[in-house]
Amino acid sequence: MKCSEFLNELTNYLDGVLDARTKTELDDHLAWCHNCYVVCDTTRKTIEIYRDSELYELPDDLRTRLRSAIMSKCSEHKKSNPPSS
Amino acid sequence: MSTIQPNIEQPVSEEMQLVRRAKRGDDTAFEELVRRYDRNVFRIAQHITQNREDAEDVVQEAFLKAYGNLAKFQEQSKFYTWLVRIAVNEALMKLRRRKPERTVSLDEEVKTEDDSLPREVADWSPNPEQMYNQAELRDILTRTIQGLPAGFRTVFVLRDVEGLSTEETADALELSIPAVKSRLLRARLQLRERLNRFFQKKASGDGDQ
Repeated sequence: MKCSEFLNELTNYLDGVLDARTKTELDDHLAWCHNCYVVCDTTRKTIEIYRDSELYELPDDLRTRLRSAIMSKCSEHKKSNPPSS
Repeated sequence: MSTIQPNIEQPVSEEMQLVRRAKRGDDTAFEELVRRYDRNVFRIAQHITQNREDAEDVVQEAFLKAYGNLAKFQEQSKFYTWLVRIAVNEALMKLRRRKPERTVSLDEEVKTEDDSLPREVADWSPNPEQMYNQAELRDILTRTIQGLPAGFRTVFVLRDVEGLSTEETADALELSIPAVKSRLLRARLQLRERLNRFFQKKASGDGDQ
C-alpha cells in the first residue's frame, strides 16, 4: 500500500467503518510507515481537541434571552397564523 | 402461506413525541426542543458565520422557521437533522451577505491549498493541552478553523464537533455521502497541517519539561 492510498482511507479508518481486510492492510502499513502513523495519530488528536474544546459555548444569560425572544416570536406567529382546523 | 411483511411498530422517540405535541400547538413542547438544541445551533451558526451577532440571529431565525414549518416536517429524519439543515442555510445566507465578494456554497467543489502528502511529520509531544493554557489553545483552535473554506468548516463541525453521522451530515447539508467524506478528509488534514505549525514548533523549542 502506498502512503497516498493510506491517506485516502484515513477518514474511514479513523471512523472505524472499514471492512476487516482493508483495516488489516492499513494496520500493516502503519506498522512500518512512521510518517503515516504520525499523520494518523495527529489527525486523531486534531478531531479530539476540537471535540473537547468547547468553543462558542452559549452563555446562560444569552441563552435565556434568546429562548425568551424565540418563544415570544412563536407566540406572535401563532396569533397571526391561527390553526385552520 | 403468503409472506406478509410484519407490521413493525416503530417506537416513537421522545424527541418525536415532543415534535408531535408541538405540531398540535403545545408550545411548552416546542420550548423543550429549543432548550435541547439551542447550544448546538449556536455553535454551528458561529462556526459558519464567524460572527457572534449573526449567530444569535441564526438561532432565533432557525427556531422560528422550524416552528412555522413544523406541519411540513415529514418525520423521515430526526428533528435535529432537519433543524440543522435550516440553521446551516440561515448561517450561509448571513455569511454571503457579509462576504458577497466570495461565493459561499456547499455544492461547489472547494479547491484545497495542498492535497499532497503532509511533509512535516513530527508527533505532537507533549500534548497541546500541556503546551498552552486554555485561553491560548482556544485562540489557536478558533483562528485555525476560521481559516478553512466554509464548505470544509461546516462538514467538520457537523461531523466531528457535533457528532452527526456521515448520513445525517449528508442529509442536513443536502450533499452526497461521498461528497461529505471527501470534504471531511480534506478538512481534517488541513486542520492537522495548520495546527502542526503551533504544536510542533513549540514542542521543538521548549526542550524537556
